[in-house]
Amino acid sequence: MHIPDGFFDAATSAAAAAVAAGGLVIALRQARQELDDRTAPMAGLVAVFVFAAQMLNFPVGAGTSGHLLGGALAAILVGPWTGVLAVSVVLLIQALLFADGGMTALGLNIINMAFVTVAVAWPVFRILVRALPRARTTWTSAAFLAGFASVPASAAMFTVEYALGGVGTFSVGTVLAAMVGTHALIGIGEGLITALTVGAVLSVRPDLVRGVRDLLPRPVLAAVAPVTSRG
Amino acid sequence: MNRTVRWYIGAGLALSVVMAGIVGWYASSAPDGLERVAADHGLGRDGDLAAASPLAGYEVAGMAEGPLSAGLAGLTGVVATGLLAFTVFRWLARRRGAEPPAAR
Repeated sequence: MHIPDGFFDAATSAAAAAVAAGGLVIALRQARQELDDRTAPMAGLVAVFVFAAQMLNFPVGAGTSGHLLGGALAAILVGPWTGVLAVSVVLLIQALLFADGGMTALGLNIINMAFVTVAVAWPVFRILVRALPRARTTWTSAAFLAGFASVPASAAMFTVEYALGGVGTFSVGTVLAAMVGTHALIGIGEGLITALTVGAVLSVRPDLVRGVRDLLPRPVLAAVAPVTSRG
Repeated sequence: MNRTVRWYIGAGLALSVVMAGIVGWYASSAPDGLERVAADHGLGRDGDLAAASPLAGYEVAGMAEGPLSAGLAGLTGVVATGLLAFTVFRWLARRRGAEPPAAR
């Protein structure tokens, strides 16, 4: 899902870099509300885990693979703004050290894989866990759906960018169908990894799952974690 | 940070090291979704990947392609990601501490 150099014209790449930079400034401000001495190491761990998990490409059909994007997982575990920052750290390291995603495409990659995935997955997850019964199985299912939905959404955003300034001869409709179709399959893998990981944390320390912390029974919270007054 | 949280962070980091340092080499090397669509639909131009970095493509330049090279590259990435992420998030948490204290 990492866009290399040479896929987009200079104007689109530069505009995307500016949008991503502006978004990151906002995320850096907002994430302070989500972070304290207890959650900051969690956020660091989430970034490391997403980096490692992104290396594990899984096959989806003949000659194609997919890998975790991680925005859904990060948002559910540590909050949406912190999640955006965690995935952005991963994308920066990948571009700088591994040429995985071009430096000129870093803004596009941050928009697609950090902002779009979180912007889709976080509302999907929160709406579901608020509407459904408070139980680990429903929260795990909600994590699957949030992860699943985030990947074709990211692919759709790629197509929007392609329409604006992509290098290629195929029509936008053809690219949209190919991108969303392929990434719907990859989304199943994303959903499974997201659900598996969130489920594992829920079984050990549910209070460390940001996306359900306000839904836990009071005694559990009081017993294991100091509660802050802010969200 | 209490003991169970520390244990939990340590276990997560250990799992990440195993994933990036060992399992990564055995993951699918088929083109990912975007690379597949790009190849099928002629998107983009060919870039010069090899020149970009000594770790380009998750291999250590000059080492024989294999689990050792891939593992070293993966571990380097884990350490680099961890250093940057833990620094940024601890700094942000401290910045919050500089504001009027939240009721605990």
